[in-house]
Amino acid sequence: MQVDLMEENSIQRFKIVGEIDAFTAPKLKEKLDATEMTEGMRAELDLSDVNYMDSTGLGVFVGFYKSVSAVNGHLQITGVNARLKRLFEITGLGDVMDIVSEESGDKDAAL
Amino acid sequence: MQPYDYIEIRVPAKAQYVGVARLTISGLASRLGFTYDEIEDLKIASSEAITNAVQHAYQESEDGEVVVGCALYEDKMEIMIADHGKSFDFEETKRQVGPYNENEEVKFLREGGLGLYLMETLMDDVKVHHEEGVTVFMTKYLGGERVEEDVERTISS
Repeated sequence: MQVDLMEENSIQRFKIVGEIDAFTAPKLKEKLDATEMTEGMRAELDLSDVNYMDSTGLGVFVGFYKSVSAVNGHLQITGVNARLKRLFEITGLGDVMDIVSEESGDKDAAL
Repeated sequence: MQPYDYIEIRVPAKAQYVGVARLTISGLASRLGFTYDEIEDLKIASSEAITNAVQHAYQESEDGEVVVGCALYEDKMEIMIADHGKSFDFEETKRQVGPYNENEEVKFLREGGLGLYLMETLMDDVKVHHEEGVTVFMTKYLGGERVEEDVERTISS
């Protein structure tokens, strides 16, 4: 798994590539925890190149969501394919977080 | 009793091997003819159980092993995950993994967070057994075909 941080139009954008599981989730958490938290900040987690994720990843996202919310910021999760969307939906996190589905992910859309 | 092929792998109770076990299960599920989505369900459900086992073993001692046993039937796949290093007798363990115990389930849920919830949602049947560690036993049918477990048990006994 690889995480790249880039700042675009004052949005802290994290591009996550690879698998998020018990082994890689702590590394992701470390990277997100190192983010400077500023009042009203905007952050984005781009999951368009995440090919596997389980509850360990959801746990990290919830932690980061809480941190961003604590400074009255906004977190958006983007590039969510049908598989990942299902995971957010069945856990109820989709109702809490701002999730943007990947429209072009047709090959995974057979749900 | 239906005939089945049995594959067992043992991995050190370390997070870096969860993905290795997941790939093995994915390969077996693909061999059995599960669809793309069903394979993804199996990967997540088994990873949740293996992650729990790894985290549990890590608290107890540092050099435990996780045993993953897969039984491949014509119409279903059964996966057993045990966090106590010893290799298990698949049939014997399957017998012991009885019906749900509400109290045990609650305790397990607390330890595992979302894990057990996801296992139950993504698999057709999940049982948890506590004795000398935790054993999770889960089943997924091909094509989402849900044969009633009770009926099946009556026929085979």
